[in-house]
Amino acid sequence: MHFVVCLKQVPDTSEVRIDPITNTLMREGVPSIINPYDAHGLEEAIRLKAKVGGKVTIVSMGPPQAKEALKKAMSFGADRAILLSDRAFGGSDSLATAYIISSALQKIHETEPIDLVFAGKEAIDGDTAQTGPGIAQRLGFPQLTYAIRVKELTDTTVTVERKTESGRQVVQAQLPALLTVEKELNDLSYATLPNMMKAAAYEPEVWNFSSLPFDITQMGLKGSPTSVARIFAPPGRSGGEIMDGMKDPKGTAASIVQKIFQQNIIMVHPLSKGGKH
Amino acid sequence: MTVVVDKTKCIGCGACVMECSLEALDLIDGLAVADVKKCKELGSCLKVCPTNALSLLNRPEQRQENLAPDAGSKYNFKDTLPDSVQDYAQGNEKKTIRAQVTPVTGGDGWSGVWVIIEYNNGKVAPVAWELLGEGRKLADAIGCGLCGVVTGYQVDAVIPEAFAYGAEKVYVIDHPVLKDYRTEPYAEAITSLVRKYRPEIILMGATSMGRDVFPAVATKMRTGLTADCTVLGIDPETKLLQQTRPAFGGNIMATILCRTSRPQMSTVRPRVMEMPERVEGRTGDVIREEFGFNESDFRTKVLEFIPSDAKSAFLDKAEIIVAVGLGIGAKRNMVLAEELADVLGATLAGSRGAVEAGWLTHDQQVGQSGITVRPKVYISIGISGAIQHLVGMETSDFIIAINNDPEASILKVANYGIVGDLFQIVPALTAEFKKRLQHGVAN
Amino acid sequence: MENFDVIIVGGGPAGLSAAISAANAGMKTVVIERGDYPGTKNVMGGILYTKATDMVVPEFWKEAPLERPIIEQRIAMLSGNEAIMAGYRDPAWGVEPYNAHSIMRVKFDRWLAEQAEKAGVMIITETLVEDLLYQNNNVVGVRTGRAEGDLGAKVVILAEGVNNFLAVKAGLAKPLKPASVAVTVKEIIALPKEKIEDRFCLEEGQGATIELYGDSTAGLMGVGFIYTNKDSISIGVGAILEPMIRNNWTPNDLLENLKAKPYVKRLLQGGETKEYLAHLIPEGGYHQVPKLHRQGVLVIGDTAMLMNSLNREGSNLAMISGKIAGEVAAQSIKSGDVSDQAMTVYETRLKDSFVLKDLHHYRHMASFFEDNPHLLKVYPKMLSKAAKMYLTADGVPKKARQKEIIKMAFEHRSIAGFVKDIYGAWRALL
Repeated sequence: MHFVVCLKQVPDTSEVRIDPITNTLMREGVPSIINPYDAHGLEEAIRLKAKVGGKVTIVSMGPPQAKEALKKAMSFGADRAILLSDRAFGGSDSLATAYIISSALQKIHETEPIDLVFAGKEAIDGDTAQTGPGIAQRLGFPQLTYAIRVKELTDTTVTVERKTESGRQVVQAQLPALLTVEKELNDLSYATLPNMMKAAAYEPEVWNFSSLPFDITQMGLKGSPTSVARIFAPPGRSGGEIMDGMKDPKGTAASIVQKIFQQNIIMVHPLSKGGKH
Repeated sequence: MTVVVDKTKCIGCGACVMECSLEALDLIDGLAVADVKKCKELGSCLKVCPTNALSLLNRPEQRQENLAPDAGSKYNFKDTLPDSVQDYAQGNEKKTIRAQVTPVTGGDGWSGVWVIIEYNNGKVAPVAWELLGEGRKLADAIGCGLCGVVTGYQVDAVIPEAFAYGAEKVYVIDHPVLKDYRTEPYAEAITSLVRKYRPEIILMGATSMGRDVFPAVATKMRTGLTADCTVLGIDPETKLLQQTRPAFGGNIMATILCRTSRPQMSTVRPRVMEMPERVEGRTGDVIREEFGFNESDFRTKVLEFIPSDAKSAFLDKAEIIVAVGLGIGAKRNMVLAEELADVLGATLAGSRGAVEAGWLTHDQQVGQSGITVRPKVYISIGISGAIQHLVGMETSDFIIAINNDPEASILKVANYGIVGDLFQIVPALTAEFKKRLQHGVAN
Repeated sequence: MENFDVIIVGGGPAGLSAAISAANAGMKTVVIERGDYPGTKNVMGGILYTKATDMVVPEFWKEAPLERPIIEQRIAMLSGNEAIMAGYRDPAWGVEPYNAHSIMRVKFDRWLAEQAEKAGVMIITETLVEDLLYQNNNVVGVRTGRAEGDLGAKVVILAEGVNNFLAVKAGLAKPLKPASVAVTVKEIIALPKEKIEDRFCLEEGQGATIELYGDSTAGLMGVGFIYTNKDSISIGVGAILEPMIRNNWTPNDLLENLKAKPYVKRLLQGGETKEYLAHLIPEGGYHQVPKLHRQGVLVIGDTAMLMNSLNREGSNLAMISGKIAGEVAAQSIKSGDVSDQAMTVYETRLKDSFVLKDLHHYRHMASFFEDNPHLLKVYPKMLSKAAKMYLTADGVPKKARQKEIIKMAFEHRSIAGFVKDIYGAWRALL
């Protein structure tokens, strides 16, 4: 089977800070990582390959530096990595990005038919969760988002457990299909040393604008219907009262509870037995 | 000479690139770069730059930084919303947006504000009603109608509710293939309505369903979609929807416009918009559309639905939440939080750290990568308050935070912050609450 | 199991230098680094000496990411709020061939790693080497913490840094003792370029360093330092771990103590702390140098305790030791003899270079200061007092003042004490 993993290199947003003077994003020194959700998609593809045989191809779009993420991804046991990188792709929103990636997948599909595409449920820098479904639509593949378990994979179908607010939905789709995945899908494994070495020596393929019959009007800023009009720091919630509970924990607790009831923040009524839900 | 780009300020939004009539600007590696040969210093790019990253050397008079003196740290920053958004958020009538905006293809062909009403397993997602409230403001601002859209199977019960919450018109596609939610038929159904009736704006809750079906619809329509909005505004002249959402893990807010296509599509986070008043007995037009598809047209099948157990499923609806972080130290200490939660009838939740430590399940995670909660009372125990956590809970009505680090970010958003040893404070709180609640003594 | 000629454990300056010289000599070389990328685990003051680096990558200054060439080195002796200063400035250090540059380690080490990759070195990151592989008591490779993690090699070069886990396991070194390890803490404080240049009286782009003694370390054996980067200042303090623990100082308190000194405070004013780093460094010195080789193994850099703490030189010693080790490894592999005997060439060449010569020269220094803790307390105070008495214009004739100063000095220290200190210093430093 041919598994394709869509993967994005992202700044580690847990390390992103706002510059206190200029009030802008401090991007310098923020490490780049593989989007964590994508890593779980890759893991699943590698596991399924080990089970049913086949090939794992990784596709990413980004600046030339994103090759590093691809090399790292290779170390988990993938077979091929392609980076879509061109100035013409820059400034693309999720609609345009899905167009570019789906075009590349289409080309791959023509020579090596794709069975299953994996993408993270969203990228941690944008959190849009749109590119995966966008790719599926463009390719005409069924999309199964928020996958937390691949229950079954046959030659023609994939059965997946999806996470929703009210419960888990078990859905079966015909192949080829696209899954976007949650972290619960699997636990990441460590790369073996031989795979690490293979990856260190591997040079990802780079496809640019002229590698495919791209339509320039569908990409970049001009091919993107949405654009950012303004960026600003989130409005803050102002802090309240800080109490020192070090010296007299009991007294502090008592006074806080008193205040809470005085202000009717929690009301005395039959919350009663309190028991678990 | 040419326009100068301050790389530390440039966010690579591309507004200047779009604005420049001479095509003298380009985005390279995520930063604006000016072409010396093409730039004639018209200065139009300066006006649209959201971060004032552009300047002209021989024109020293530049826009002043519109920053509060205490700008910076996320939680001391005041007055940060763009004026237009803020005006709107405060319900002011006058709303303007910057000059950069040019009217869009389609023009008057697109009209109306639509809210897609999520109806699943016999229940409407409450965010749909919140959006009817929000949609009302938008529709009034641009002088158009507000419509609800219900797709599903046996949905008639929803229609009067939609009117009660403010829809003037309800579009309905009722068909057996829409019984369980699946992307393909739902995307087809919504798209067919959009193609036929051409709304200006479509909103849906940023639920797992909204975030699944809207990207599919937007792709079919080849239009823009902004996910997870927390503030919406609109310019009555251009009818451009100002879609504000958190990005970069909640570190920044971005206002996004869909300038070149229609409809304008947003998913909006549940529980950030106000629930409108329900007025019984309101009515309006019901427009029923045929759906020309059969089961065999679709390649997905729902085999089973396993409802979540109550404890985790309703985290986002909980009135009181007791949330724990890594500060609690070990799973065996969870009992402290459980006792407090029991006394208060609260629901247990936690930070990513606590979930990854295995003390709680993923469903109980509050924050950017978990669930956004807005309870009446949020009691945080041993959570330092990473920004990714704060974005998921800071709209709680009342926050009580306990942490031994006086510098912990969570204390800065708390109504009551207690600096102390949670192993002493929490049992004391539990005892105190128990005493008062059991004896019914408030004071 | 894949086989290499040379495996280098650790991707710091020592390891990468060794890798470059081995690869340049035609060896199939791999560097195994435990961090996310080379340089992640590295912290140092941030001064790169030109000579040593040039020997590893000729004319590196043309493309390496450097901050500022250092044209002035100042020494300040702090005593309470007072300070005595001396310095040396040479504008010639601001142009080729330079003497030293301030650098950001993260950027520089990544660049050095790229040079290694260009030379044909394979770099494996996020991988911990757990042990050496032996066959009939001969080292034949390494065992990593990964699945299928064994790798074969003719020579293994240990550049694992101050945490000399493998060197200890191989019986070459002793475990670290708090008495022979220093903790360095450092902050990088952002300041606009112009402010830095004004405050340190520098031409555009040039840099300066200040070493701070005396109260800069609250009387503990150690040193404070301030370096100018492009648009930030590095300030740090290093002190031997053991006395620090004994005197209830934390590294952070020590740094805050230094930052609060009036002499220092003004230099940092208005800056924003960007990074906080802490790291162990070997106190080093000739007596601390472990066994440097055995059959199939060479020990370099911090692992070999090659650190001249008086002149705060470590990275240059590390790079030279790496370069020599890479060459010796290649030679012995080519000649088919990687026995302990063949490896002694490494030690001989180190002894002939300034690396061990300098360390030998200052071999008594550490014990001199350790045995005479009063030196770091009494003398700064005395000198400050003397300077104040001499420089204060209060109508007392200078001649009389000189007498007073001498009298004051002997109140602090007896004649015999002076003689002992001077002899000790002469023996340790000259």
